Amino acid sequence: MDEATKNQQKKYNEYVKAVTPTHSLFRNMLQAFLVGGLICAAGQGILNYCQSLGLNKDIAGGWTSLILILCSVLLTGFNLYPSIAKFAGAGALVPITGFANSIAAPAIEFKKEGQVFGIGSKIFTIAGPVILFGIFTSWIVGLIYFLLGIAGAVSL
Amino acid sequence: MSQTKGQSSIQFAEAPYIIESSSIVGQKEGEGPLGKLFDSVEQDPMLQKKTWEEAESELQRKAVQKAIDKSNLTQQDLRYLFAGDLLGQSIASSFGLMQFQIPLFGLYGACSTAGESLCVAAMTVAAGYADNAVAVTSSHFASAEKQFRYPLEYANQRPLSANWTVTGSGAFILGTKRSKARITGITPGKIVDYGIKDSFNMGAAMAPAACDTIYQNFMDFNRSDKDYDKIITGDLGLIGSKILIDLLKEKGFDISQIHMDCGVEIYDGDNQDTHAGGSGCGCSAVTLSAYILPKIHKGEWKKILFLPTGALLSTVSFNEGQSVPGIAHGVVIEHC
Repeated sequence: MDEATKNQQKKYNEYVKAVTPTHSLFRNMLQAFLVGGLICAAGQGILNYCQSLGLNKDIAGGWTSLILILCSVLLTGFNLYPSIAKFAGAGALVPITGFANSIAAPAIEFKKEGQVFGIGSKIFTIAGPVILFGIFTSWIVGLIYFLLGIAGAVSL
Repeated sequence: MSQTKGQSSIQFAEAPYIIESSSIVGQKEGEGPLGKLFDSVEQDPMLQKKTWEEAESELQRKAVQKAIDKSNLTQQDLRYLFAGDLLGQSIASSFGLMQFQIPLFGLYGACSTAGESLCVAAMTVAAGYADNAVAVTSSHFASAEKQFRYPLEYANQRPLSANWTVTGSGAFILGTKRSKARITGITPGKIVDYGIKDSFNMGAAMAPAACDTIYQNFMDFNRSDKDYDKIITGDLGLIGSKILIDLLKEKGFDISQIHMDCGVEIYDGDNQDTHAGGSGCGCSAVTLSAYILPKIHKGEWKKILFLPTGALLSTVSFNEGQSVPGIAHGVVIEHC
């Protein structure tokens, strides 16, 4: 590509950026804070309730995740979760409910292509990278922790 | 006598007529500003089929059948089909048109296919290779989302520059029998790439192509913005339309008074949450059939330049870091 074309493309991209409207960042952040906070508060409520039933902290935490996931999958199935996310953005995507949505949605969409080549191979098309790099990152962090332990900086 | 004009246009010696047309749309389009004008509004997004892809095929089948029913022609009178859609390997056309048993040319020019199919069908009729030929295109919101973006229930925020794919199909029977609208010339477009990489800003990606084809049309036919009652683009949307007007101003033509965009007309952007406007092969096709052609029949508009626009990307080219080039095919339609 010659210099003139590059310049023309750069100029055009800058011009397009100037005329393209975007969502208000402040309003988006406020809405994300509200809804994300509500989801977390609901989680805390479930956790407290489970603990009040005498479950220990780990088991209660497990139930909390399961119940939130179930709610999200149901809301996805009834096509309500997209509307929540349209309003809340990352506030609905970052909590575990968003993760559940990203797995339930492809499962519903690709069911028509079969159990194996539809659901089986496409269920993780969105969540797959999160799972892969999440596990990989935790492995790196674990390795660093292990090396620091050998060096005596932290207790293993 | 040569029918070529300038660099890339054609002026038909025997201009083919648009004998009949049809428009089938989904519920959302039916609720839009043009809702009452369409031949048929389908309330069921699945059209009683099992998958989105089959539903889109059914849209095309219904559109062609409707056009045949409205004309006084039979299936046997239609010599060739020129069809396209947005799905991989154009399966909406293949499976929707199979039952007609009419020889088929499958076309792909993204959303510009509505213009491409009209161009090729017009050339075929004008050259005497067919008395009647059909141009048909379709798009479906759900099948397009599945193919190009995310599963339908996936939760995300659409950017304000995003388009909303029109659920609909438009079919046009072109022929030698006299009617009130004819395609007098065409300006097929070339691929224009201004290096846009945002697949959620198709209007910006396609506007330079629309500008290029309009300019070429003016040069080839020695015309200007004063020669047309309307210049109607396919699916540039609000942002792309503004860009197109700015780009053409730089070239010395002001089309701001006569420009219209099917993507902007088909939805009520304030109340239907469609952001930049409608898009898809169905968008320009159904708007041409339901809204534009009746105005040409009445003579309200005598001569227009109809210009469906397409963004030539796939999810693979996008993921591999390629830009989004645009293309636009110009069709001159005149009242007669």
